[in-house]
Amino acid sequence: MERNHLILAVVAVVALLIAPHLLYSVFLMKVLCFALFACAFNLLLGYGGLLSFGHAAYFGSASYVTAHTMKVWGFTPELGIIAGMLAAALLGLVFGWLAIRRAGIYFAMVTLAFAQMVYFYALQAPFTGGEDGIQAVPRGELFGFIDLRDDISLYYFVLALFLIGFFVLYRTVYSPFGQVLKAIRENEPRAISLGYRTNHFKLATFVLSATFSGMAGAATVLVFQLASLTYVEWQMSGEVVLMTLLGGMGTVLGPVVGAALVVTLQTYLAPFGAWVTIILGVIFVICVLLFRRGIVGEALARFAFLKNDKAQLQRSDVAEATVTKEAAHDPVKPL
Amino acid sequence: MGWGWPALHNALGDMTEEIAVETQGLTKEFKGFVAVNDVSLRVRKGTIHAIIGPNGAGKTTLFNLITKFLQPTSGKILYKGSDITQAKSADLARHGMVRSFQISAVFPQLTVLENVRVALQRPSGISFHFWKPEATLSHFNDRAMELLEAVGLADAADGHAGELAYGRKRALEIATTLALEPETLLLDEPMAGMGTEDVSRIAALIKTISKGRTIIMIEHTMKVVADLSDTITVLQRGEILADGTYEQVSRNPEVIEAYMGTGDDA
Repeated sequence: MERNHLILAVVAVVALLIAPHLLYSVFLMKVLCFALFACAFNLLLGYGGLLSFGHAAYFGSASYVTAHTMKVWGFTPELGIIAGMLAAALLGLVFGWLAIRRAGIYFAMVTLAFAQMVYFYALQAPFTGGEDGIQAVPRGELFGFIDLRDDISLYYFVLALFLIGFFVLYRTVYSPFGQVLKAIRENEPRAISLGYRTNHFKLATFVLSATFSGMAGAATVLVFQLASLTYVEWQMSGEVVLMTLLGGMGTVLGPVVGAALVVTLQTYLAPFGAWVTIILGVIFVICVLLFRRGIVGEALARFAFLKNDKAQLQRSDVAEATVTKEAAHDPVKPL
Repeated sequence: MGWGWPALHNALGDMTEEIAVETQGLTKEFKGFVAVNDVSLRVRKGTIHAIIGPNGAGKTTLFNLITKFLQPTSGKILYKGSDITQAKSADLARHGMVRSFQISAVFPQLTVLENVRVALQRPSGISFHFWKPEATLSHFNDRAMELLEAVGLADAADGHAGELAYGRKRALEIATTLALEPETLLLDEPMAGMGTEDVSRIAALIKTISKGRTIIMIEHTMKVVADLSDTITVLQRGEILADGTYEQVSRNPEVIEAYMGTGDDA
């Protein structure tokens, strides 16, 4: 499996390196930012089993901090992004610490409530510019010498950020930590009985998820030179849920596919105005009805099903009487 | 020592033997319903102690209290002499007291091998290392396979735990529990839902692992209880009805009456 991952990764990176010469780079950057956001969200939902309904708080607050530090304090882009990520991590630590005491729908409600607090703070606070947001944020010069005003240069910087974030999240999922995290998702009382202080793991996951959501928010500021209320609104929290579920939660590539799909639709259907929301809604409903595991999740399940059938045919000579199938469970290591 | 203990307790003699787990007047009420009532229990170190009783007798609640999955309404719990009434479940596991569950508790989407490995990696202190690859864990594979062989699951190591038949899930749970090399095991109906062949395999396994360990076990299969346990406590409606050796308990008229007509395979 690891080797397949590597081959796929190389192909994907090459494609992403060529992409800005074929497609509109600002659009691609938007996809990358939201893909990173969805991946960070997926760590919490897909692997931690925790549905946060307030992830806009971390995306948005990081975007405000990055915009403010770069525009007012004259931070370089890399420092601005680090400042944004730190802000998101800190916020994640405080909100996460309070929210993980609850599970399920209560967890979702608590995270939503915190995110609304951040929204109203952003609306009222003097430094955020209220309804106007922080506009005309300079893109600046990376490390003091790479001019990011050029879209292509910026694209490669955003791509690097995405790849760093994606790799860290991927590594986390397939690490000793990730194993425990999955165990907690599957059966928390059992994980406790094995001696794991599950709240510590949940909190660490929450902070990691918030930090990389923050990285995505910070990168978005560089792309659009703007931090606005849109980024902290509850709709943003909803959008990231939509992207993750569409693509397939609990799969590494699902959120990327979901984000690409949603951003593409939003961009190319823009002439239809308010209809975009309705079209997205219809797609979402179809997706939930037809393939509940999301696009990537469903594809993987089909693939594994075919492979299993083959394997079973080969094994049937040595026939084991006790092969029982419980169809409900995903038979593959999610990609 | 020995205030207020039922006279029957002194079954195998020697009151000076070390006590692994002790409860004193343990009570749990759920909104007026008393699930466990004034239970004082002493489990001697290195013995197999069975807890039996009809459905609803409070056996699992007692387990949940001892392992701190529930907080008692009143009473005290001692583990190796220290008061653990306010301790946390995860910390008890770290001090060698590990429980299993009545409903099979595996991690269905992890492989069978990974299930055992999750337990093996815990004492190693690398569980927070989110920056390390999963391959770091592969040096636990040999030990995990040994444990799987012991419970007869070696052939299923690479399959998902969720796809195992029920009895084999229970076997996996025991392997996972053993991976922690606990001093004290609490097994909640370890053989429920198993076929006869598996039952004797697991009974033999429990016998083997009981050397140097304390085992508290809830079990319905009377034959298993009679063969394995040193001491038996009979619970009824949350209270201790009797305790002692199998011979003593099985002759107790109250116990006979309690089991009469319940249809238990006594």
